[in-house]
Amino acid sequence: MENLIALLVAAPLLGAAVLLCGGRRLDAVGHWIGTVLAALSFVFGAVLFADMLGKDPEHREMSQHLFSWIPVEGFQADVAFQLDQLSMTFVLLISGVGSLIHVYSIGYMEHDERRRRFFGYLNLFLAAMLLLVLADNYLLLYVGWEGVGLASYLLIGFWQHKPSAATAAKKAFLVNRVGDVGLSIAIMLMFTTFGTFAFGPVLASAGDSGEGTLTAIGLMLLLAACGKSAQVPLQSWLGDAMEGPTPVSALIHAATMVTAGVYLIVRSAAIFNGAPDAQLVTTVVGAVTLLFGAIVGCAKDDIKKALAGSTMSQIGYMVLAAGLGPIGYVFAIMHLVTHGFFKAGLFLGAGSVMHGMNDEVDMRKYGGLRKYMPVTFVTFGLGYLAIIGFPGLSGFFSKDMIIEAAFAKGGTEGWILGGVALLGAAITAFYMTRVMLMTFFGEERWKSRPTASPEEPSAEPAAEHHGAHAEPHPHESPKVMTIPMIVLAVGSVFGGAFFSIGDRFVHWLEPVTGHTHGHPPVSALTVTVATVTVMVLGVGLAYLQYGRRPVPVVAPRGSLLTRAARRDLLQDDFNHVVLVRGGEHLTRSLVYVDHTLVDGVVNGTAASMGGLSGRLRRLQNGFARSYAVSMFGGAAVLIAATLLMRAV
Amino acid sequence: MSASAVHSLWTTAAEPISKIDPPKIEYGQLSPTLIVIGAAIVGVLIEAFVPRKSRYYTQVFVSVVALVASFAAVIGLAAGGYGTTKAGIAAMGAIAVDGPSLFLQGTILLAGLLGVFTFAERRLDPAAHGNRVDSFAAQAASVPGSDSEKAAVKAGFTTTEVFPLLLFAIGGMLIFPSANDLLTLFIALEVFSLPLYLLCAVARRKRLMSQEAAVKYFLLGAFASAFTLFGIALLYGYAGSVSYATIAQVVDGTVPQITPALADTMGNDALLLVGAAMVVMGLLFKVGAVPFHMWTPDVYQGAPTPVTGFMAAATKVAAFGALLRLLYVVLPGLRWDWRPVMWAVAIVTMLGGAIVAITQTDIKRLLAYSSIAHAGFILAGVIATSPDGVSSVLFYLGAYSFVTIGAFAVVTLVRDAGGEATHLSKWAGLGRRSPLVAAVFAVFLLAFAGIPLTSGFAGKFAVFKAAAEAGAGAIVVVGVISSAIAAFFYIRVIVLMFFSEPRPEGPTVAVPSLLTMTAIGVGVAVTLVLGVAPQYFLDLAGQAGVFVR
Repeated sequence: MENLIALLVAAPLLGAAVLLCGGRRLDAVGHWIGTVLAALSFVFGAVLFADMLGKDPEHREMSQHLFSWIPVEGFQADVAFQLDQLSMTFVLLISGVGSLIHVYSIGYMEHDERRRRFFGYLNLFLAAMLLLVLADNYLLLYVGWEGVGLASYLLIGFWQHKPSAATAAKKAFLVNRVGDVGLSIAIMLMFTTFGTFAFGPVLASAGDSGEGTLTAIGLMLLLAACGKSAQVPLQSWLGDAMEGPTPVSALIHAATMVTAGVYLIVRSAAIFNGAPDAQLVTTVVGAVTLLFGAIVGCAKDDIKKALAGSTMSQIGYMVLAAGLGPIGYVFAIMHLVTHGFFKAGLFLGAGSVMHGMNDEVDMRKYGGLRKYMPVTFVTFGLGYLAIIGFPGLSGFFSKDMIIEAAFAKGGTEGWILGGVALLGAAITAFYMTRVMLMTFFGEERWKSRPTASPEEPSAEPAAEHHGAHAEPHPHESPKVMTIPMIVLAVGSVFGGAFFSIGDRFVHWLEPVTGHTHGHPPVSALTVTVATVTVMVLGVGLAYLQYGRRPVPVVAPRGSLLTRAARRDLLQDDFNHVVLVRGGEHLTRSLVYVDHTLVDGVVNGTAASMGGLSGRLRRLQNGFARSYAVSMFGGAAVLIAATLLMRAV
Repeated sequence: MSASAVHSLWTTAAEPISKIDPPKIEYGQLSPTLIVIGAAIVGVLIEAFVPRKSRYYTQVFVSVVALVASFAAVIGLAAGGYGTTKAGIAAMGAIAVDGPSLFLQGTILLAGLLGVFTFAERRLDPAAHGNRVDSFAAQAASVPGSDSEKAAVKAGFTTTEVFPLLLFAIGGMLIFPSANDLLTLFIALEVFSLPLYLLCAVARRKRLMSQEAAVKYFLLGAFASAFTLFGIALLYGYAGSVSYATIAQVVDGTVPQITPALADTMGNDALLLVGAAMVVMGLLFKVGAVPFHMWTPDVYQGAPTPVTGFMAAATKVAAFGALLRLLYVVLPGLRWDWRPVMWAVAIVTMLGGAIVAITQTDIKRLLAYSSIAHAGFILAGVIATSPDGVSSVLFYLGAYSFVTIGAFAVVTLVRDAGGEATHLSKWAGLGRRSPLVAAVFAVFLLAFAGIPLTSGFAGKFAVFKAAAEAGAGAIVVVGVISSAIAAFFYIRVIVLMFFSEPRPEGPTVAVPSLLTMTAIGVGVAVTLVLGVAPQYFLDLAGQAGVFVR
């Protein structure tokens, strides 16, 4: 059974190789090859899952050693896999949602002439992501980590003919480099501390080393997680990443890759458990990001960017939960899984809307679409209810657990974190209701578009999408797209309840991550009631603003906060002023030092050598007699020196 | 009175003379040298008896056959274990047949073979009066520019004597590193030096310069030989013997027998130190170490380029071989005395060669200074006084000799109306006009500079490693600095060839015959193979690194 593990990675990897090397011949069947291999990976995953369920919970871990990658004395790097409950969860999520999105993409990318390549990249992503979660050591995890980064870069920039897409890809790549440096430093620290990279020995002996070391490793891992999971301060790339095709946004930038940071933290639980400072920073990062993303999500008119803000915010919840330690790990992963369902569903719904609306993304030009796209409306609506935490749906369970755990942290911290999480829940309800209302309810603003639109100042960066000038004819998407949406909607509705009833998910993950039951200062019921209350409050506010009043087609100027939120809370301005300008100053001063000091020394040395050479060569005057004198002198010195050596 | 009685008046029955023991000569173990010397004598006979027309072909044939046969003999001896288990002293103590001997003899023979190829090249210069000409004067004895010279050219004379001269030089070089007593050392020195002096004088073009070079080389060489000989005399006075083993014993303090005539001087350390310094100085002259290097640029520039290439490679191999044996076999007991001095010599040699090369404008002089710097690098390995030091020097010499012969062979190709265009300014833009030749030369330059993936890197790494492990860290630091300085002028030539505009009246690149092509091709191949996969040859040099005593 262990031998199946490698096949999980091998199937999509084979697909990527075949599709990317196969050339035009495979254009007609490429998408089927890609989808079948993704599904195959899911089937292997399901078989392994069934096998795992049949075993005693404490002995479910399996491993497969493929080969020694770098077999050097004192530096052992293996290509070996480890499949336990945590990786199993990810395997099912990645290959399951991945397969659905492959199917969806068949319809979504139908008219794209580079569809085969798109599927090749998707398969490459699956392979890398599965490698990431299956690796049994940090070095191999790093390979997968870089692999998903590459796939993400290729897919964000898939429509590279658009300068905005190319720039967005580059931005994602560069911001991720910062995080990757953190991961590589963390791995180096581990190697110097523990002498190995393998999860087993590193995590087992984590408790023996000093808290300082663990804090350093933990903070570096957190930096890596911030890059990959778009957490403050490395969040700026995610919004722009929406330039990629929508299935990519759904799979990579909502359901799977961006949650790799959470996986990393939870996987390294033993390290974080021994480093309370690193945990505190983690919770702060999570809390800040969940508000940051939520506020940005409220202001965006681009449907995908609003959802991207939401993703950021939801991952903030997970990071917050992961930072809480053993009381939160399980819920971080549970929210990750349910979020994978409903956020992927929401993105696919958004893609379906765009598909029917000539690729328009500005929600101010939507409205009243529920009549035209009933399936999309229902599935999107269920996803919406799930994410705002409507009682009984999956988001309700998973988010509620996190809020409870945050309160259970105890002390002032607990109150602050819990409060932030509650506030986040309210804002989530607000912005998601806003998206829902602006898209599916209200006036059909796409009809009443004034013909003189070119003169209008366009408020949103979505202006690049003005390719569609003709009035759109909204229509439902083909079955190949709606079926994956329906499947995900089912997951969004029932997932949470399925996991929570009888603490199923907790028991499932407990052997790997460990779990402590948190005791919030107020009763769990109070927390639940508060959560539902703020949710209702958020929905109500949004209804007042966007349901009762007509939505203007042109965005109003808005308050200072709104304007800042539209600019992603000035993240790019901040980066520009601090990093770009600062970097320019730094490089300029370095160049100055290089020119004056380094070049001065180098050129000075060269010039003095040249001068010395010119003087020395004058000794070579061509007269045999001078040469003989030189030899004689040399011999004299040689003899004298030899005698002198004896004398001393 | 019988006849017999008369006879016995002025004769007495002598004591039967005790039977003279004929010297025991191990012909098999000496066969490499004997074959080459024999072929050289045959070459002299060819000059005397074979018609002028067929002399060239006969000489080339005999030389090539002799060198190949001799090389085969070396390989046979090595395969027979004479380099390792059966290593021993032959010819009544005069010659050592051991690993270093065989390794160096093999290297010298291959260098000599490539040398024969470049000597025999007759396609580079345009034919004179319908006769193909090589790099050598039509008649060496004729005064340059005289009527007799013109007549000789018109008659199609060629100096085919260069082949026996070359073979004599090779014969001497084969003995030099394996000489096991000081007299054999001196004889070998003269046997290979005298033909080289002559060869330097016989250039076809720029004959005056060539003759000047030869005279300088001869004068300074004779001067150095005098030092060597004096040093040998002093060492004899010290040890009462010229045999390496005996001297080494005396140095170690075990005096086997006292020669009555030398009772006053034996064991006098002043004699030992002065004598050793003088003998070493003679060898340092041959390898071109500062301050005994000054002949090198003038002779390298003036000599016919094929001779320069052969000399630069093979002389260095032979002389370093002899130096190694002297320092490791005769004077190891003295190493605390000679090491600091040799440190100083190595340092000034590396720096001096590299620094002066910066301002050179003639490619042959540039390569001459480069060879001085390389002598310094090799000295760093010699100083290590460890088995690794020996094997690294052996490897370096093998690698260096092929690069050198190849580089000088390329120099013979770049020509203008006056013969070889050796001024650097004429090499500008060569890469545009003749990319292949320029690329090959660039490979050699990179090897000289010690860039990885060339043999130069492997060699330099080996000697520096040996030196560092022997505690000579300072030498390694200076060596690396010198390498950096040296890299400047090597790379400058590459930049000149590839990134400068070609000059309109620039030189042309002659298309050589298969002979020079083989020499260059083998040079490139060895340079790259030793650079990419040096391990086999490093192992070989490592196995060959033990001297017999």
